[in-house]
Amino acid sequence: MVENNRWGNFFAHLVLILGVAIVIFPVYVAIIASTHPPGTFIRGVMPLLPGPNALENYKTVITEGRSRAGTPPIGGMLWNSFVMAMAITLGKLSISLLSAFAIVYFRFPFRIFFFWVIFLTLMLPVEVRIVPTFQVVADLGMLNSFAGLSIPLIASATATFLFRQFFMTVPEELMEAARVDGAGPMKFFKDILMPLSITNIAALFVIMFIYGWNQYLWPLLITTDPEYYTIVMGIQRMVTGGDSEPLWHLVMATVVLAALPPILVILFMQRLFVKGLTETEK
Amino acid sequence: MASIFMDNLGKVYTGGVRAVTGVNLDIADGEMIVLVGPSGCGKSTLLRMVAGLETISEGSLKIGDRVVNNLEPADRDIAMVFQNYALYPHMTVYNNLAYGLKNRGFAKSEIQRRVNEAAQMLEIGQFLDRKPRQLSGGQRQRVAMGRALVREPAAFLFDEPLSNLDAKLRVQMRVEIRQLQKRLGTTSLYVTHDQLEALTMADRLVVLNGGQIEQVGTPMELYSRPATTFVAGFIGSPAMNMLSSEYLRGLVSAEALSHVPTQADLIGIRPEDLSLAAPKDGEISLTGTLMLLEPAGAESHLHLRFDGHDDMIVARLPHVPDVAEGAKLTFSLPRGKLHPFDRASGKRMA
Repeated sequence: MVENNRWGNFFAHLVLILGVAIVIFPVYVAIIASTHPPGTFIRGVMPLLPGPNALENYKTVITEGRSRAGTPPIGGMLWNSFVMAMAITLGKLSISLLSAFAIVYFRFPFRIFFFWVIFLTLMLPVEVRIVPTFQVVADLGMLNSFAGLSIPLIASATATFLFRQFFMTVPEELMEAARVDGAGPMKFFKDILMPLSITNIAALFVIMFIYGWNQYLWPLLITTDPEYYTIVMGIQRMVTGGDSEPLWHLVMATVVLAALPPILVILFMQRLFVKGLTETEK
Repeated sequence: MASIFMDNLGKVYTGGVRAVTGVNLDIADGEMIVLVGPSGCGKSTLLRMVAGLETISEGSLKIGDRVVNNLEPADRDIAMVFQNYALYPHMTVYNNLAYGLKNRGFAKSEIQRRVNEAAQMLEIGQFLDRKPRQLSGGQRQRVAMGRALVREPAAFLFDEPLSNLDAKLRVQMRVEIRQLQKRLGTTSLYVTHDQLEALTMADRLVVLNGGQIEQVGTPMELYSRPATTFVAGFIGSPAMNMLSSEYLRGLVSAEALSHVPTQADLIGIRPEDLSLAAPKDGEISLTGTLMLLEPAGAESHLHLRFDGHDDMIVARLPHVPDVAEGAKLTFSLPRGKLHPFDRASGKRMA
């Protein structure tokens, strides 16, 4: 334990405050920018105080979008992002829970081999396998669909690995007691393992949801129909679309709205999330 | 309720490690059998083979009149109490007790009746709504017992159930488990490494060493006539003193050892058979130097050095004598209390 002294405290706080400021500042700029009228940005100077157009800007992005540049109102895009993020999250959780369960609790041939294969895929993020994956998705006719948006991102070595580590800390006697109590493997999984992993599931839910929500490159590649635009790529279309200068006030309003759902997820799951990262009930 | 028959049971792990060899044991209905031995002797493996948590590699196992070698633990009609209790941490005590019954499709009212009955028997009625982590070690132990009890199985299997409790609680639970077992009359197999637990609880005691049975018998049989030097050293505390008969013959008259078989080259003497009283007629007298006196309240342990003998000899007296370390003390020992063994085979000679 470091001794409590005045200068130590001072520097600790200084470092923390600086860190927070560095993280907060861009967010602050985005919020401020979303409240100004269109003309403000042409001068090339970023204002640091709120402008008068907040309501109007947000109303525009929510109701009209930027139709001239081909971006729909953001409601639909938010919904698409939400569906994609949820599909990815739930898919990742169920697949990784089951595969971790199989790897930890069953003795089958090549068990270790399969574990390492799963582990190896950690080295193959979407960006690396993007061309073949696109080809497969295109051949299966899944372009411009929620299936195409979510399925290729569902397999998760990280979550499998985390659940494996957690399952290995669950005392073996619990499984044996369940066997004596007449619970088969799936019943043990459902009645005992799942409730015990609830905090881990919550923590991964948050992480995976944000991962899914922030997907950019993949939706950009496989969606051409505005019906399936997600919010993150929608922002990009907004910036580059059309012939005029980017309408920064609208882009920033969209950015702020796009950042809200992940924040809400974190706020709601915070207690479980922190618990999941720091302690386990055993 | 049922008897258990073990016929030449053996366990070989994949990789060839042998844990249990040729165990033959018939357990009568309602009997309390305690498996005891040092760690690694195979006692837990044997218990887990009976439970069905380890596969049986050799021999056959019958519970009642069924051969259960290939049955799942749940189908063997046994209940097990684990060393670390293995309570389901996210379930209330009630649900912990009820889980096995629910899985077997008992009616809700029947489950309730059995759980309440067990809770009353174990005095855990007021904890039924709590989670295991809100209970003390002793209470968790009771819940683990309760989980076995509600099933009303053919046999209870205990895997060192008291080793996580403090000494005082251990004695108390020991008594309670034994009383409960006697009252219910359920066949029980109990594993422990604590010889006191083994002696006090068992109808019959099984001493295991290196995966094989050394001796089976009532606690007093094993105590008064250990069949091997291993059992002699394991049962009784402090452990039996071992002297070579050659050395002993040099100390005492040939007549005093006349009943000891001549080929016995190792003689065991229980520490509690040595006394400070003046030797009576026909008793053996031994003199040693007191190196250390360990008072233990009601009794005391005297560590003695006999001239010409390497190991210290321990005597256990039912009082704390008023003697100084370094003093020469003379002990008497009844002739019948010598345990003759063959050093090479470790077997008892008479």
